[in-house]
Amino acid sequence: MKTALQQVFHSRKFVTGFAIFMAILLTVFLYPLIIQDEPLAILGQGNFFPPGIYVNIYDSIHSKSYVLNLKDAASKRIGKILTDQSRQDIKEWLVSYGVPEDQIDINDTESLLSQWEENYDSSISLPGMTFAKQRYFQRLDESVNGLLSSEGVVISEVNQETGNLDQTNTIDQSEYVHINEVANVRILPLGTDNFGRDVLTELVKATGVSLKIGLIAGVVATLIGLTLGLLSGYVGGLVDDIIMFVTNLFTVIPSFVLLILISFSIGQDNRGATTIAVVIGLTSWVWTARAVRSQVISLRNRDHVNLSKLSGHSTAHIILNDILPYIASYVVMALILQVSSAILSEASLSILGLGPRTTEVPTLGLMMNWAMIYQAHILGKWWAYFPVIVVIALITFSMNLMNTGLDQVFNPTLRD
Amino acid sequence: MKKYRNYFVNKLFWLLITTIFAFILNFTLPRLMPGDPVAAIMARIAQGMSNSTGMKEVYEQYAKLFGTNQPILEQFFLYIKNVFHGNFGTSFSQYPRPVSDIIRSSILWTVCLQFPAIIIGWLIGNMLGALAAYVKKGYDKVLMPVSIFVSNIPAFGMAVILLVIFGVYLRWFPTSGGYGFDLIPNASWKFIWSVIVHYQLPFWSIVLTTIGGQAIGMRSMSIYELNADYVKYSRFMGVKDKQIVGYVFRNAMLPQVTGLALSIGTMVGGALVAEIIFSYPGLGYTLLNGIMGQDYPLISAVTLIITVMVLLANFLIEIIYGLIDPRVKAAQSE
Repeated sequence: MKTALQQVFHSRKFVTGFAIFMAILLTVFLYPLIIQDEPLAILGQGNFFPPGIYVNIYDSIHSKSYVLNLKDAASKRIGKILTDQSRQDIKEWLVSYGVPEDQIDINDTESLLSQWEENYDSSISLPGMTFAKQRYFQRLDESVNGLLSSEGVVISEVNQETGNLDQTNTIDQSEYVHINEVANVRILPLGTDNFGRDVLTELVKATGVSLKIGLIAGVVATLIGLTLGLLSGYVGGLVDDIIMFVTNLFTVIPSFVLLILISFSIGQDNRGATTIAVVIGLTSWVWTARAVRSQVISLRNRDHVNLSKLSGHSTAHIILNDILPYIASYVVMALILQVSSAILSEASLSILGLGPRTTEVPTLGLMMNWAMIYQAHILGKWWAYFPVIVVIALITFSMNLMNTGLDQVFNPTLRD
Repeated sequence: MKKYRNYFVNKLFWLLITTIFAFILNFTLPRLMPGDPVAAIMARIAQGMSNSTGMKEVYEQYAKLFGTNQPILEQFFLYIKNVFHGNFGTSFSQYPRPVSDIIRSSILWTVCLQFPAIIIGWLIGNMLGALAAYVKKGYDKVLMPVSIFVSNIPAFGMAVILLVIFGVYLRWFPTSGGYGFDLIPNASWKFIWSVIVHYQLPFWSIVLTTIGGQAIGMRSMSIYELNADYVKYSRFMGVKDKQIVGYVFRNAMLPQVTGLALSIGTMVGGALVAEIIFSYPGLGYTLLNGIMGQDYPLISAVTLIITVMVLLANFLIEIIYGLIDPRVKAAQSE
């Protein structure tokens, strides 16, 4: 046993897979200790905030200010709003309004903006322009408004007694705050999802739940497969015939279809994460049963088993002591594969809308489902779905690596 | 020839049994729902349907179709009879369209998409795997980790990634549908071109997901065969390398053919989800619509059709396997 373990940990593939898997597992356990948010708390009002650092505007106004005279500050400020695209759009509007094309120089910011201010009127609707485009130009006008001014911004508060606005502060264009001195800064490394929830926190929780689903399903499938495989392989005869008949039936009937039918029949209200896990386990034991059976058949007539039989040991004793230890490595490998394929099954099922129906916990599949329903992929909100795909791929990748590593240790012919 | 006939009859018999079993499952599973299945189904759709005469009609039709007042065995035969007459009932979500009509319009899309994609992915994967096993150095080192990782990207993930890269950012291909939304199916070149363009992304996403797993399987099969005694013996005998590779490839292929037969169900499942991502008008998308609309007759029919398709594909592969397996072939010439 000890040497086997040593050998396993000498396999580079196994170690790589194991390291990735442990890293995922550690994150799942440690992350909630550091960031103690509710995984499904709705933080953002609105959907799909991009990843990044969010600084509270109210707090930064009241923070201590530092004056930094940076010479490209103004051009950066202009460049952020007047991108090449919006310059083109302004030109397009001006041309269709009637300004001669050769008079417009989109690289000369000042003259372009003055032409814009001179001519643009939000009430004018140009022929052939869609409503959406009109709204776009209205928004553009608002953002361009006052872009070139070098004045500061006045902060004022409502005086509770008189109801007038009292000027409390002015903010110069060259004022800065130190991010550490702002009371409320929130880092959203993966932004928010369609409901405005922090994707990273949700993802970590979902990974945990999905791993749990995988584990439950894997254990259920392996137990059923192991029991049936042992029975049919060791007992043989009629029992073997019956079990093999059932196994062969379930091999060809796609388990995916069974999953759909069963989850649909269970009904929405009863589909918890655990229920789905058990259902997945119930539909995926076939491969384990087949593999265990063929292993047991090759073991059944070995000398040590026969010796055990002659010594009058009971069947249970023989199976536990003379057969199980020999197929243990095989069963562990099968379990690993079952876990990873169960995680995939849950995800596929959720995309179909038949996944766990819960509002308390997310799963990887449900996150994917939400992202797809809200068209995150079409809208270019990569943070809502891409990390989920990567996590699923990493989990199955690490498990398959561990499996191949084990396979190479226990089946020397496969070693490279 | 007699042996092969036995093999064929055996497989045909097995196809018959599995099909009957698929019917039984499709019949019983929804009936495991507590209570009267028709009432349960009606209770579900009652939330979404405001047309009360339509509902009553559907209820009566289903009570008749399911024959809930008859003994269970008779219900089963009624169900079989209905299925063989192509009568799957009326769709709830697309009332009053019959389910068979919806299926008919989507089945061709799925068959034309999935089977070529799976076969081509399987072929490419096997070639790459054999190459990886034979060349080993460099090629094996670079390609294997990549294809192992790629094969672990789930089918829907691959679909989304391809869609975002080629559909959303590069805009080379459309992101959804089976043909342009402004077209009506006809035999014009414009329509055919539109179908071809829409076909690319779903097709390649299925091919790519199939390649990885097959390549890995073929590689370990080939390595196993390359170390077999007959290879060593042939080497001692001075048989040309090329010829040995030919033997090895053929021997490693056989388990891969069986592997294809056994895993085709899983592949079809993955491909159905890929279809959904691309809103491809096939069975996967129909299934999604059925689930969204709590459309029980549609779901039941789609799952039955998928099962039967998988069983048929399985049967075909096994028949081909019987033709190329030397053991069965040797038995024929006796």
